[in-house]
Amino acid sequence: MDCCGGTDEHEDDCTEVTVKEGIDAKTVEAAKALESENYSAGFSTAIDMEFSPKGLSEDTIRFISAKKEEPEWLLDWRLAAYRRWLTMEEPTWAKVRYEPIDYQAYYYYAAPKSGAKYESIDDVPKEILETYEKLGIPLREAEVLLGVEGAAETAAAAREAPRVAVDAVFDSVSVATTFRKELEKAGVIFMSISEAVREHPELVKKYLGTVVPQSDNFFATLNSAVFSDGTFVYVPKGVRCPMELSTYFRMNAENTGQFERTLIVCDEGAYVSYLEGCTAPMRDENQLHAAVVELVALDDAEIKYSTVQNWWPGDEDGKGGIYNFVTKRGDCRGARSKISWTQVETGSAVTWKYPSCILRGDDSVGEFYSIAVTNGRQQADTGTKMIHLGKRTKSRIISKGISAGKSDNTYRGLVSINKRAEKARNFTQCDSLLIGGRCGAHTVPYVENRRADAQLEHEATTTKLSEDQLFYARQRGLGEEQAVALLVNGFVREVLQELPMEFAVEAQKLLEVSLEGSVG
Amino acid sequence: MLKIENLTATVGEAEEAKQIINGLTLEVPAGEVHAIMGPNGAGKSTLSYVLTGRSGYEVTGGSVTLNGEDILSMEPEERAAKGMFLSFQYPVEIPGVPVMTFVRTAMNSQRKLRGEDEISAPDFIKKSREIAKQLKLDAEMLKRPVNVGFSGGEKKRLEIYQMMMLEPNFLILDETDSGLDIDALKTVAEGVNAMRSPERGMLVITHYQRLLDYIKPDKVHVLSAGRIIKTGGADLAHRLEAEGYEGVVGEAV
Repeated sequence: MDCCGGTDEHEDDCTEVTVKEGIDAKTVEAAKALESENYSAGFSTAIDMEFSPKGLSEDTIRFISAKKEEPEWLLDWRLAAYRRWLTMEEPTWAKVRYEPIDYQAYYYYAAPKSGAKYESIDDVPKEILETYEKLGIPLREAEVLLGVEGAAETAAAAREAPRVAVDAVFDSVSVATTFRKELEKAGVIFMSISEAVREHPELVKKYLGTVVPQSDNFFATLNSAVFSDGTFVYVPKGVRCPMELSTYFRMNAENTGQFERTLIVCDEGAYVSYLEGCTAPMRDENQLHAAVVELVALDDAEIKYSTVQNWWPGDEDGKGGIYNFVTKRGDCRGARSKISWTQVETGSAVTWKYPSCILRGDDSVGEFYSIAVTNGRQQADTGTKMIHLGKRTKSRIISKGISAGKSDNTYRGLVSINKRAEKARNFTQCDSLLIGGRCGAHTVPYVENRRADAQLEHEATTTKLSEDQLFYARQRGLGEEQAVALLVNGFVREVLQELPMEFAVEAQKLLEVSLEGSVG
Repeated sequence: MLKIENLTATVGEAEEAKQIINGLTLEVPAGEVHAIMGPNGAGKSTLSYVLTGRSGYEVTGGSVTLNGEDILSMEPEERAAKGMFLSFQYPVEIPGVPVMTFVRTAMNSQRKLRGEDEISAPDFIKKSREIAKQLKLDAEMLKRPVNVGFSGGEKKRLEIYQMMMLEPNFLILDETDSGLDIDALKTVAEGVNAMRSPERGMLVITHYQRLLDYIKPDKVHVLSAGRIIKTGGADLAHRLEAEGYEGVVGEAV
């Protein structure tokens, strides 16, 4: 379906398609049968935890700040955010519905009791290492061989297995960061943000909150007040980070919120590729996740940020699951800088997330590649904002939404061309795939254009996984689930290609698991 | 090989279901090629879908066995693993999935269902290359998404490519000649003829006799209103061409 072509005004609900009528009852039945055992990361780890007092108050914030031995300026920063948050209202414009959140019912800090900091990886409690191992996250500083097979149909020469440095965050604290020494040699700083506050306060102070200000939005302000841990990366001038950096977030404790804060700075001419993965155990309660990610790219710098999000989506009746309210923003501060977001969103009960780029530097480039899958009763409202400020800035948006079961999947995006952004260009493509007849797909592209010389293209399609395709694949010998997986993989191919290889394979498997039982 | 006995089948849901196959009986022994001809609406395509297990086509009576095994209770992919192959009248586009990936996934899935090992990448590529050459298919085409942007002739040739790759026991060609020019028709027929063997059976469904000049049938059946109303040798096809269905059907009734 073609979206309307107008580009120079605010457009709401440009393409809105909701399919209600069923093609066949079996599909619906199968969707109903969607069971929680599909979620392989849904185990919890029994470990002694230390919590902040339940609920949110200035005392909670002082507690967190004291736990992390933070300097005065940061505590003040947090308190300022908290006081502002008290005056703010929770946003309701997204196409998601959920019970009101009782912010006093959460713990804002949870850490394994044996202490938040570990001198070496051998001090990390065995249970935590085992948890990550179960999730397939290698933390040991051994050669990390994320060897990959399959995918390629040609006998491609075995490519040298990539190495990945990992920072693992367990509830509120970072438990291990690998490959640190090697990164230090290259001058790359890769550590938890708590450590960075202590060891590189000047860098943190210089950049923290400069992309996503404290006042940005309800959830970002909350995060500024209570952020627990997260990752800090600094790549110095002219350095190409020698390996991919990765953080794994794991929410384990009950009734906790995870409020990580990630700050990545690429100095002039530097490059980094960063991967983020997330999982959580199955719990009946809704857990809250309100992260903030800030990226800064100076002149000629490039940041590639990839996410595979597999938070617990709740059970088939919509009970439990993660509320994923995340603010991610990159600032192409320097000329010719580039920031590229790639996300594969398969988890969470409710997703509210718009990784964005501020294209401030002349000739800077922003990209957003997204796959969002919803099944069961999941709701996702996700997209991006591309704010063109500099001259000849370019942005590209490729969004693939897949809805199954009774889920709702919305793409919401803004392309804004500022007065100064001469010859800015944007290309947007939003494709939706519907599996079964009780799910919804919605596309809400906003465009604000102040320049006559801007080049804007928008394409949108909505298709249904067709009975013809399924039968064709099955006649050739593919099982039904396999056929769905193959068709879906075909649908998202353009985006999968943007992911680092080992991540692409993981994402492919995740898609398969997420859509299990979606047809029948 | 393939034995169809007194088969009845409907198309459509519940009250709207329409009986299309009305007591069809047919046997194709191993090694033989049988043609099914008939006017539009006789039930030719329905028969091919019923045999391969498409949903929406419900068997209401009779039986179908392949080498003595009841196939009607099997899922489409199980039938495929047993060697049933349908060359589609309208091959389906699968965006984003390269031909080679598709065929290799299908082949390995069939092998898995049969308890066999997967084919190795070099073996697969070698085989693919040989068959592509035989069918005059460009290697680049096999890297493109299945049937997307292919011409009618290319789509049909790709069906035959898949058939030759998967080496089925029993072939159903549904209107394979439609949309083919004479050169493409010859190439396709050569591919099909290369598949003829004492162990293999074939059902060639066609509207016109043209294809049967290149794929010589052992028997020709005339399908009308969901039943076989006349069976004869290859010459029956020529008679149909000359006299039209009207004449032959009229004679049979």
